[in-house]
Amino acid sequence: MTTLQAAAPPDSSEFVLNVNDLVVHFEAGRKRPLQAPSFVHAVDGVSFRVRRGTSFGIVGESGSGKSTTAQAIMRLVPATSGQIVFGERNILDLTGKGLREVRKHLQIVFQDPFSALNPRRRAGEQIREPLDLLGIGTPGERDERVRRLLAEVGLPPNAANLFPHQFSGGQRQRLCIARALAPEPDLIVCDEAVSALDVAIQAQILNLLKRLQRERQLTYIFISHDLGVIQQFCDEIAVMYLGKIVEQAPAATIFAEPRHPYTWSLIAAAAPPGPTREALKQHYLVKGDPPSPVDPPPGCRFAQRCPSAVDQCRKSLPLQESIGTNHYVACHRAAELLPPSFDG
Amino acid sequence: MSTLLKVENLSVGMRGSTGVVVPVLENLSFAVEAGRTMALVGESGCGKSMTALAIMRLLPEDFVVTSGRILLEGEDILSASPKRMRSLRGNGISMIFQEPMTALNPLFTVGDQIGEVLRWHSGVGLAEAEQQAIALLRAVQIPAPEQRVKAYPHQLSGGMRQRVMIAMALAGRPKLLIADEPTTALDVTVQAQIFDLLADLQKETKTAIVLITHDLGAVAELADDISVLYAGRCIESGDADSVVSHPCHPYTRGLLDCVPQLKLGPRPPQAWSDLAEIAGMVPPLGARGPDCAFLARCREASELCRSRLQPALEPITDDHAVSCWRKSELAA
Repeated sequence: MTTLQAAAPPDSSEFVLNVNDLVVHFEAGRKRPLQAPSFVHAVDGVSFRVRRGTSFGIVGESGSGKSTTAQAIMRLVPATSGQIVFGERNILDLTGKGLREVRKHLQIVFQDPFSALNPRRRAGEQIREPLDLLGIGTPGERDERVRRLLAEVGLPPNAANLFPHQFSGGQRQRLCIARALAPEPDLIVCDEAVSALDVAIQAQILNLLKRLQRERQLTYIFISHDLGVIQQFCDEIAVMYLGKIVEQAPAATIFAEPRHPYTWSLIAAAAPPGPTREALKQHYLVKGDPPSPVDPPPGCRFAQRCPSAVDQCRKSLPLQESIGTNHYVACHRAAELLPPSFDG
Repeated sequence: MSTLLKVENLSVGMRGSTGVVVPVLENLSFAVEAGRTMALVGESGCGKSMTALAIMRLLPEDFVVTSGRILLEGEDILSASPKRMRSLRGNGISMIFQEPMTALNPLFTVGDQIGEVLRWHSGVGLAEAEQQAIALLRAVQIPAPEQRVKAYPHQLSGGMRQRVMIAMALAGRPKLLIADEPTTALDVTVQAQIFDLLADLQKETKTAIVLITHDLGAVAELADDISVLYAGRCIESGDADSVVSHPCHPYTRGLLDCVPQLKLGPRPPQAWSDLAEIAGMVPPLGARGPDCAFLARCREASELCRSRLQPALEPITDDHAVSCWRKSELAA
């Protein structure tokens, strides 16, 4: 009978999280009284699926909506429309008890470990708090789990009695990770979790996250603006620009054959020093800042800065199209534009 | 080229509550020539920003220079009068701070803030100052400078604010520009633009730049010389190419190895292999002994290292010096 089990088709459980046309708009006030308010289109129709046990990377500049996407998944900001399916349920429909139940499986680690911890409570209490709130285990078991978690993230047992200011930045991030691990989640959202750390500490935390992933079959949504980190850490990568995913592909594909001009620009900015980098910067690095996400114009969001934009790009919005195995790009000219050469 | 800034055996200490002076920087020496860029590299707590503040004479209250000299074109600025310092800041030396939002005054337009430097140092009038501010904003590639000059800091994006900071720092045509992590708060595409901008402006104005950063890889291109600081001591210094391509001190090697470098082009999908990490962290102030500061974290440490004091910064080639007892073995 074992053969029968092995032959079973991959069911929907291959994907832990399924985000479907997620839209998050924020009201941005009115220019005049009685006028219709304008909206910040923070996330504007984002869809992706996250495979169990993998790391899904989201990369983009500030204002691209990557953190808002993360916060919408955590239900920390209200979504305007769309679906976020976790397990079998759309978590945007959940309230009260149902939401608490889902939060056992869904946790987040924030960028700044200092503002993410309560300065007036001891580390042990803060790691224990999710267990208390979600009603996991008996009080004795909770204390035991806090001790185990501290050891697991590489902190000494006496750390439980200390306050956040008594830790270094890297240790504080370890505390935040321990707190996120406490309810034994399936998926952890890392929102720029290593960006505020020094390079030497960053490597320690990345190694820790990977070890935990191996040991606990964790799934990560890993948000970062550092392409080098994203490339090493993630299995699949989505590139966001002004609320849209412009390109999405496995890590090996996106740095070998990027197809969206915005991805080229990001790569040009982050390429390792040398003649290749100079050539890439010359051709592909775009100038200036992204335009305002308040009531964006029709057409491709990147058209204003894109060196390859044509009339069509400014008029109609390109849809995500599949151009290879798990490789999607939203660009009208994807078929005709050649990806950059990385040979020098 | 003549030496513009010369820091000789600079030591800075922090006066604790008991009156004991704890060393923060120890015997730091470096020199910067006009038109060249010197990068100070290290983790937080290694004394990079303290070096910058010492040069600006802006050290926080409890911090004192305990020994050494800082010479700007031969003039010892540690003994300069407050009045002399005021005229040097902006004109002789200026600084780009890390956080443009906290370094800019939210109540004044960027034009006012750039104009202030001009009016103070070159005595121009209001109208002339605004014209020059517009020219400076254009020089740092801010679009529509005529309108932006009237903008308040909150109306600008992070990248634009940092450009305003640069425009302000350059307004007095300083001979020395200190940039303290000028791109840490910015996006990668903007980072690349700011570095290019600094390099272009330097070519035109021959300004010397002291660049402070924790990312050794990122400065390799921009810097001519590099000094790596660890726990307030300079542990490796020299020509930028030499330090980056042949790092000798285990700490410098660690800093370069622990950053995942972006690799381009087709590669087979790879399983995760742990990043090289430097275990532990920088020893806090007051916990730094007379022996090698990096000893506790060093993978290469031998019995020999444990039994001796902090090694001197000694040359291994003409333009590369290292402070390590095992430098000759490691360099080989």
